[in-house]
Amino acid sequence: MKYLFYPGCSMEKSAIPYLMSLKAIEDKLSMELVELEDWNCCGATEYSAVNRIASHALVGRNLAIAESMSAESHTLVAPCSACYLNLSKTDHYLQEDRIFKARIDDALAAGDMSYTPGSIEVRHALDVIYNEIGLEKIKANVVKPLKGLRVAAYYGCMIVRPDLHGYYDSHEYPMILEELLEALGAEVIDFPMKTHCCSGHMTQISGETAYELIRRLIYGATRYEADLMVTLCPMCQLNIDAYQSEANRYFKTDYVMPILYFTQLIGLAFGIDAKDLGIGQEFVDPRPALAKIDVEVDEAPAATKKRRVKEEGLPMPQMPGKNGGGD
Amino acid sequence: MTVLVDRQTKKGPWVDQLKGRTLIEWVEDRTPGDSRLEMCIQCGTCGGSCPSGQDMDHTPRQLFAMLRAELEEEVLNSNTPWFCVSCYLCTVRCPQEVKITDIMYTIKTLAVADPRTHANTARDFSETFIGYVDRFGRSFEFGLASRHALSHMPNSVQGVMELGLGLLTQRRMDLTPTKIKNLPQLSKILHRAKELEAEL
Ligand code: SF4
Ligand code: SF4
Repeated sequence: MKYLFYPGCSMEKSAIPYLMSLKAIEDKLSMELVELEDWNCCGATEYSAVNRIASHALVGRNLAIAESMSAESHTLVAPCSACYLNLSKTDHYLQEDRIFKARIDDALAAGDMSYTPGSIEVRHALDVIYNEIGLEKIKANVVKPLKGLRVAAYYGCMIVRPDLHGYYDSHEYPMILEELLEALGAEVIDFPMKTHCCSGHMTQISGETAYELIRRLIYGATRYEADLMVTLCPMCQLNIDAYQSEANRYFKTDYVMPILYFTQLIGLAFGIDAKDLGIGQEFVDPRPALAKIDVEVDEAPAATKKRRVKEEGLPMPQMPGKNGGGD
Repeated sequence: MTVLVDRQTKKGPWVDQLKGRTLIEWVEDRTPGDSRLEMCIQCGTCGGSCPSGQDMDHTPRQLFAMLRAELEEEVLNSNTPWFCVSCYLCTVRCPQEVKITDIMYTIKTLAVADPRTHANTARDFSETFIGYVDRFGRSFEFGLASRHALSHMPNSVQGVMELGLGLLTQRRMDLTPTKIKNLPQLSKILHRAKELEAEL
């Protein structure tokens, strides 16, 4: 089955393992992901904080590109929850609000583009894999069940809320990820924090606020004795993985709660090599957890490596507008 | 908090833009879809659901009461919208189906555009972020984190640098920003969109 595919900026940067693992299971799930041509950033939660119309016009360009490629498929898959929500929200409001639509049409026309609201169906990767591909197909491919691995299914916010198109079973206590993980043979714990916030971009704004939200999640998963958390969003993964040591430092705690993408667990159950699933690139070492299912990872994750910060510091990226960088 | 200002005599910077609308109506007009802000019954479900509520100056409910009372400067300088992490819990729980999270975004845009808003880290973060999107068509996480940290969190630069180094050594971060091919097209769209926004 062919699907249009919107990777989003994170998938090419901090969430490369998510992209690798999704690509690694594509064939076995009989999916063919056709990447949108020349897509742009979805604006995350930042663009709409500065300019409302432009934030939706930005997304409108991606929808217009998708419509121009709809001979391939009418379904657009986004694996990042923020990208997914921005795409689906813009489409929803274009259908609901005629004045808003006229403004977005006007803006898109300035770039010789147009989009017919409702012509593209925006879906999250988890939703497509669960609802379209289905658990039967997944079970049929499991060769190495994740038996004995205790996992906390973590959804975060933006996939199940506001859920403008009604794809999910609940805004606050969904079960589809649990069902999927059980189909892989994993032992799924009860995780009441499953749709609590990872803190989003708050790590960049107020560390204290962010660390508390991260602490609640890793505390909850630890209390219920999960070996690892399972996520479906690059932002959630980054916050819980990369900022876990900061949160520990702040609260003087010593939680060790690895977090992997659901696509990586699917891949492991399908017998795909950990390396090909991007496993080994985490900050919080998942190897002790994975050892329970006899998965070996060669590379030591960053947090366990001895870190040397060179005196001259990091190479700085060139800033736009300065030294002619980037333009 | 200042006392309620009489809308007829008020000479605030927003008078022209309001074009006779109440502040609530203006926010509604600027928010895509049906925001239902005027339907708020001040029940407090939003504040009680909010994960960052304890760090906010005002709960969403209070902020909406301030909008109704037309307390412009207090609304502009409340940290509440900036501490909203867009979790949408209030939005799905509100008995009046007020699109609270969307309204938070609109209030942020007002604060960004208004000279009465005090300097604020969160606002700068958003502006830095969209600066990258405007120039490249893509966001650039490492540039974002380091540039933002350097100007706002000098004490945590070491931590951010270590994080950056970690992401680099883990091959999870790229030093060169990706630029989309048809940037001129995107620029034209965004330029026109910003003109339209100014008319709201
Ligand atoms: S939950 Fe809705 S109705 Fe209740 S105070 Fe908040 S916005 Fe108003
Ligand atoms: S969407 Fe924002 S205001 Fe609403 S509960 Fe979440 S953080 Fe609080």
